[in-house]
Formats: sequence, C-alpha cells, structure tokens
Amino acid sequence: MRPAYLLKRVGFIAVILLVVSFIVFAITQILPGNAAQMILGEFALPEQLRALERQFGLDDPWFVQYGRWLAGLVSGDWGTSMVMRQPVLPLVLDALGRSLVLAAIALAAVTCIAIPMGVLAASRRGKAADAGISIVSYAGVSFPEFVTATLLLVFLTRPEVGLFPAGGYTPPGEDFLRYLSHLVLPALTLIIILMAHISRQTRSEMVDALQHDYVRTATLKGLPRRTVLVKHALRNAMLPTITVIALDVGYLIGGIIVVEEVFAYPGLGRLLVFAMQNRDLPLIQAGVLVMAATYATANLAADLLYAALDRRIQYD
Amino acid sequence: MTDRFRGSWLERLLTNPLGLAGTVILLVAAAQVALGPALAPYDPLEFHPRNRLEGPSLAFWFGTDQFGRDVFSRVMVGARSTILFGVVATVLSTAAGSLVGIVSGYVGGRIDDVIMRATDSFMAIPNLLLAMLIITVLGPSTTNAVLAVAVSFTPSMARIARSVTLSVRTRDFVHAAVARGEGAAYIVLREILPNVVAPVVIESSIRIAFAIMIGATLSFLGLGAQPPASDWGLMVSEARSFMFRNPWLVVWPSLAIGSVAIGFNLFGDGLRDALNPRVGR
Repeated sequence: MRPAYLLKRVGFIAVILLVVSFIVFAITQILPGNAAQMILGEFALPEQLRALERQFGLDDPWFVQYGRWLAGLVSGDWGTSMVMRQPVLPLVLDALGRSLVLAAIALAAVTCIAIPMGVLAASRRGKAADAGISIVSYAGVSFPEFVTATLLLVFLTRPEVGLFPAGGYTPPGEDFLRYLSHLVLPALTLIIILMAHISRQTRSEMVDALQHDYVRTATLKGLPRRTVLVKHALRNAMLPTITVIALDVGYLIGGIIVVEEVFAYPGLGRLLVFAMQNRDLPLIQAGVLVMAATYATANLAADLLYAALDRRIQYD
Repeated sequence: MTDRFRGSWLERLLTNPLGLAGTVILLVAAAQVALGPALAPYDPLEFHPRNRLEGPSLAFWFGTDQFGRDVFSRVMVGARSTILFGVVATVLSTAAGSLVGIVSGYVGGRIDDVIMRATDSFMAIPNLLLAMLIITVLGPSTTNAVLAVAVSFTPSMARIARSVTLSVRTRDFVHAAVARGEGAAYIVLREILPNVVAPVVIESSIRIAFAIMIGATLSFLGLGAQPPASDWGLMVSEARSFMFRNPWLVVWPSLAIGSVAIGFNLFGDGLRDALNPRVGR
C-alpha cells in the first residue's frame, strides 16, 4: 500500500469530520436557549443575559463562534460542560475509554463465535444445524438492543438468581472481579445482536465460496474437509465479512448507547444521552463528533485490513 | 433448484418457507394494526386499581401493569403506534431518498459531488445517534421521532437510487428519449424512475424492520411516544421499574416487537430472493 493512499484516506476522514462538525454545530445552534440562559436560569434579567452572552462570545456571528469552537477542538480546549461544570475533553475521553473496552470485548467475542457458526451453517447447508443457526440469527437481529438487554436484566439479575449486578460500574483498580461482572451483561447484549449479523454474512459468503472450482479441486485432490473449509473457502469468504464487521461498528455505536443506558454503564453513550436530556451543548457537540470519528476510523481500519489480507487489491 | 426460477415473484415468495413464514406474520400484524383496538377486551388506558401488577389470568390474558391496565389490550392497541412508525418512516425516507438520488445521478457534475459529500457526512453519524440529535432539536414526540428516523435513513436510500440512475442513464432507451427531444422531467419520470423502483423497494422492505426497532428504541429512551400512549417500546421502558415484581410486563411487548421485526426481516429477505433469484442463497 502506498503512503499516498493512506494520506488521501486520512484526509478524506478529516473532510468528513469537518462537515460533521458543521452539521452538529448547526443543529445545536437551532436549539432554543444558550449557555448564558442555562447558567442564569429562566428568571434572569435581560441585562444580565446580555452581559454573560458578551462574556462567552455568544453575541458574535455564527461563523466566528464556529471558528472559535473548531480552533478549540484542535488545540485541546473542548469547552466546559454546562451542567457538570467540568472541562469536556477529560469527561469525554474517560467515557470513551470505558465504551471502547466494552466494544472491544464484544467484537472480539463475536468474531470468535459468529465466524465458526457461519462456517458450520454453510458446510451443513439445508441440514438441522443450518436451520437452527438461521432461526437463532433471525431472532438475534430482530430483537432491538433494549429488548435483549431488558430481558437479560429481568432473568439474570433477579434477586433470587443474583448472577450479575443489575447495572453500574466499579473501577478495575478497586475490585477487578466486580469490574468484570459489570461488563458481562452489556457485552452479552451486544454479542447477541452482532453474532446474528456476522454469522449470517459468513454463511452466505461461505456458500458462495464453496461453489467455486478451486474448492472442488481441493476436495477432489483429497484434502481433508477441514482444510478445504478453512484454508480455501474461509480465506475468501472472510474478505466481505470484514467489511460487514466494520459496518457493524456503526450498529455497535447505536447499540452501545442503548446498552450503557439500560445497564447504567458510564460510557460515552450514557454521557451523550445525559447531555441530550440536559441540552448540554458543548458535551453533545464533542460526544457526537468523537463517535463519528470512531466510526470513520473503524471503516478505514477495515479497508486497510482488507488490503492486507488480499494481496490482489492495490489501493492507489 | 430450478423451480425457484419458475412462476411469478409472489409464487416464489410463498413457496420459500421462510418467505411464507414472514408473510403470515405480517398478515397477523396487519390484522392487529387494523383491528387491534376493536379486538382489545378493555380500554387500554382504563385503570383497574384492585388488579395491579397481576400475572396472566382469564380476566387479564397478559396480566396487568402498575395502574391495573390490561396488558393484552395495550399490546393489541400498541401495534398501531409501533408498526405504523416503521412503515411511515421508511416510506418517507424512500420517497425523499429516491428524489435526491435520482436528481443527483441524473444532473451529475458539481451538484452530484456536493450531494454525495453531504450524504457521506450524514452517513458518518450512526442512524440512532443522528435520530437522537434531531429529536434533541425538535423535542420528543412520535411525529418528531418519525421525521428523525426518516431523515437518518434518507442518505443511504439516496445512494442506492443514485447508483441505479447512473447505470440506467447511459442505456439506449434513455439516449433514444433524449434524441426524440423529450424533456428532463419526462426522462426522469418515465424512463429512469421505473428502473429505480425495484431495487429501492427491496431495500426499503428490509429497512422497515430496522425502522421499527429504532422507533421502539427511541420510545424506550423517552424520545418517541410519550406516556400514557400504548407503545411497545414505551411499555418495556415503563415496565422496568416493576420487572422483578411482574416480569410479564417486560416479556409481552418484547415478544411483540421481536416477532414483528422477525416477520419484516423474513419477508424482506424472501422478497429480495423472489425478485432477483440467484442460485443457492
């Protein structure tokens, strides 16, 4: 892969994020009420409002405000949360870290489970195992995250079952086992949904791959079934599957918002829901932008991985 | 294998067991939307204070909630709110997306570039997040949630319509229409639109399930339907406070959402296979 290509892609992400930042800024500008109003409350005198607005620069034209916000983003000054009265950057970074842990666990687990499931279904196409996996997959993609999460909550955290905590968070330094136990149900919810997606995709790509001549050649020259499946068919079926996993990151981000909310897990999703409920503009702007950046980075990573796995692809 | 190529698309849809299952589920759901309020044994908002948080019984088939409201009646009536949400949001996004995509693909040039960069940027924000952001501006309500989901689905619909338009635009029948001296409106409406319909309809039939799920999620988060509405997502959310005392409260609306979404997913996949049969899927 040429460095120029990489540079072009990174530049493209930068342009997209710039437009996203503008969209987010524009949307939050339409919101009624501004920072001064929020701080002073609804009984503020007009003169007080004017004074504070001038202090914050809220009476400047919108493009000056947008420019100032962008400059702040680049230089690490992400503003101050209006409700929590804390700098936005450390708040968002802490929450992002916790969300990434959750996402990484879910993605790693789902890759280990769903791809073998898809291979199994494809190799037993039309048999009971295939039908079983297919039914489970349809159920998995058809239950929204909040339903799966709430059902897990109802049946696995009942006081008399008491398997897992119903929600919350314990820092890993304080009690590592408790930290893990808080991660189980949120991760499980995400795994159930992604598993269905990825195993269906793997199955359908494997079914395609298994119909190719090279698979027949490999079978006819007497290679064991396992080798044919894994070394020949799966290698080719993996490429489109990786793209689907990357697209699923968009799904995963939506899922994480809901799951963190249901299990009261203090990640970026929950922070953002809190910000939206309280109309905390700086927090909303930063949170949405960070999520979009994560999504764009995941897509880039998928493309690079794709190229690394398939030498025929030369990006330029 | 060959019989999958025979007969009309409807025949192919209904002879495929999964497609048939999806169609049956959707017919039941449609009946529920049409007749739900008539079939509900109680008024879904009527309080029965002496029967609060009861399990399923002969009088209350699905039990009762924290106000003693009949859960079966609420599920029957709630079909309308939850299912119509998905259908209306998808129809709106399909119409808007087709319009934007066809214009972008047909006009081309600078306008196409600008529209495509804009759709790229909107697609960089995950659907649920974009919908939440829009509702933050408009305020939480069912109408605003429908609009928000429609807007968040429009860019990807526009991309599909545009790519079909691009492939159709250079075909002979379009050149012929241009040579005949037809206007742009005629060419777009009579030559291009008919070709865009099939792929867009397939895509939207698959998207309805997703729209229903997002709609229910928004209601669950308090951004869609508001109490005391009978909406499945809202019912799950309200039931959470009582989930250990009466787990049925969570189970029924959950099953309702899941089964309708399964129905739309099966139907959408079946329709896709029936309209463009490929070997061995």
